[in-house]
Amino acid sequence: MNQLKMEEKEKNAEAWDLVIQSRSSFFDLNLKDLWKYRDLIMLFVRRDFVATYKQTILGPLWHFIQPVFTTIMFLFVFGKIANIPTDGIPPVLFYMSGITLWNYFSSCLNGASNTFLSNAGIFGKVYFPRLVSPISIVISNIIRFGIQFLLLILVMLWYVIFKGLDLQLSWTWLLIIPLLIVMAGMGLGLGIIISSMTTKYRDMSVLIGFAVQLLIYATPVAYPLSFLAGKSYKWLVNINPLSPLMEAFRFALFHKGTFSAGSLIYSISFMLISFFVGLLMFNKVERTFMDTV
Amino acid sequence: MSDSVIKVENVSKQYRLGQVGTGTISHDINRWWHTIRGKENPYLKIGESNDRSVKGSSDYVWSLKDINFEVKRGEVLGIIGRNGAGKSTLLKILSRVTQPTTGNIKVRGRIAALLEVGTGFHPELSGRENVFLNGAILGMSKAEIKSKFDEIIDFSGVERYVDTPVKRYSSGMYVRLAFAVAAHLEPEILIIDEVLAVGDAEFQKKCLGKMKDVSGQGRTVLFVSHNLEAISNLCDTGILLQNGMMDISGNIEYCLKKYITSSRNANLAGISLKDRLKRTNGNVLFEEIKGIKNGNETWDFNYDDEIIVYFKTTAQKETDGLSFYMALKHPFSGEIISNIKTIITENKIRAGESLCFEITIPQRTVRPGQYGLYYVLGNKEGKIYYDVIDTNVNIPMLNINPSSIDMDENSGFLSMPFKMKKNA
Repeated sequence: MNQLKMEEKEKNAEAWDLVIQSRSSFFDLNLKDLWKYRDLIMLFVRRDFVATYKQTILGPLWHFIQPVFTTIMFLFVFGKIANIPTDGIPPVLFYMSGITLWNYFSSCLNGASNTFLSNAGIFGKVYFPRLVSPISIVISNIIRFGIQFLLLILVMLWYVIFKGLDLQLSWTWLLIIPLLIVMAGMGLGLGIIISSMTTKYRDMSVLIGFAVQLLIYATPVAYPLSFLAGKSYKWLVNINPLSPLMEAFRFALFHKGTFSAGSLIYSISFMLISFFVGLLMFNKVERTFMDTV
Repeated sequence: MSDSVIKVENVSKQYRLGQVGTGTISHDINRWWHTIRGKENPYLKIGESNDRSVKGSSDYVWSLKDINFEVKRGEVLGIIGRNGAGKSTLLKILSRVTQPTTGNIKVRGRIAALLEVGTGFHPELSGRENVFLNGAILGMSKAEIKSKFDEIIDFSGVERYVDTPVKRYSSGMYVRLAFAVAAHLEPEILIIDEVLAVGDAEFQKKCLGKMKDVSGQGRTVLFVSHNLEAISNLCDTGILLQNGMMDISGNIEYCLKKYITSSRNANLAGISLKDRLKRTNGNVLFEEIKGIKNGNETWDFNYDDEIIVYFKTTAQKETDGLSFYMALKHPFSGEIISNIKTIITENKIRAGESLCFEITIPQRTVRPGQYGLYYVLGNKEGKIYYDVIDTNVNIPMLNINPSSIDMDENSGFLSMPFKMKKNA
């Protein structure tokens, strides 16, 4: 009996809550820790949202301004000057829907890719799972997306009521949610891959800045995929995993879009791969990035 | 040992000096090449001990080398060492901000590290919002913060400003609020780095009190500070780091003593010329200061010895009169215990003229212990300083050893002169 107790005690003595090691397994992701810090994720989301609009008069209304002006810009450049058709969707709605979804992706990507550089101050002083930061960015961008999406719906309603546009609420609207999740996963995955690479070599962050700006032209945001039918450079847009998502998003809203189950599966697999590769790289880098950043 | 909460085993940390980025890609590729062949990182073999003042030949440096220690539950451990000794690196590894290069650390219980006060405070957010944010960053859940919110605000004493953005706070208020959040964390292990250097005296006292409470509740505290008095008040045990290596560990008084002597082991004649304070006009300078016991040079005296301090001064410019001031200082806090002031000459001194004099302190005046000394040369009135030598620089401490086994002689600093009259 006594011996049993002793053994138990010894066992307890070896039961450590935390072991900080110099080398840890590549796959030791510590997602449990992340769950413990879920409150922090939400507080970061709140901070990002609230802090941006302190001391502004329009507050969150500022989220409307950007898509409105970009839509006007696109109307002129792509609609009037280049005369690119819009798949039979009213141009305003066509551009605005593209921009809304594009904005979500690009701000997720940009935000997540700056994780280490912009949080170096906090990361250097206190431990919490570093993934909290990019995840909070993805979530706070959903709020932003929600606001811009609301604007899109208002404009759509205006078209339905005053222009007699024939649009009905249908099951396809439900597609938006999985589409957003895939977008978020891709933005987060690519973003953390980039952020892991930028801790040591800053070159990447410079590159990404304009790569994202250019990527919008390789994505059917300002033109429909159907417009490219028969063109020799169509493959360029086709290999872009964002293209099927963009088309599917428009299909969900307006029942018009060019995509197939295969192309969607391509996007989803791309998202999954980038997400897991990102997770592994991020996990590797977060342990020592303070020494190099 | 079953009651140890932290066990540090062979922890080392290597850093690369100079600019990281240029030229590292070749090292990275080489390192990767070694890794895939299952070999050891080639850059771990090189690297020198971390002495910041000596120029090394290697680009890699060991900020910490082979650190081993254990901390028991409820222990308050002080980590001391000079700038660059590796204290902060050790705390960073313990708080998981960065990973050790080799070795591992085992921990039992929740660790909260306070390497900085107010980490993650957002200037635009109100005090209330920042309490929640900061608390969550330090690892508290929202519900936990909510339940302690009133206590935190109460402790900080900024109740009136709770809904004002913290960018409008005075720096003191900011720190108070930030420390209040940290103080209400309830981790089993608390790591604190030099955060007491801020805030006013009253608040510092409050913080020290809070830390004492924390350790009183059976929680473990690791404390890094240059405030030796705070360390000696709070801690039971200590670790002395030197150039990234463990010098000694054990009883805190022992560590502090070692630290003080090791940082002041230099010979004064050479040092005094280099390290004097710059705020003086330099008309007359100390050239030599030495302690003398029975005709021999030393700073080690017995309680029964007469203490003689010999000075040689040289005038750099023609000067009208010279006075001398010497103070005995508390070794940790630097507070002045007692001082002497005397006029050496009222006459003119020519440039280049040297004056030598001796100060004799009678035996059994200064109680056993260690003291810092502080010397000043000034004009006749003592209003203008010619030269100041402070204990902050590397000058020896005055060490008085007890001469008998009478324990009472070890307490206090000075023997008070007194008279006694017996009334029959």
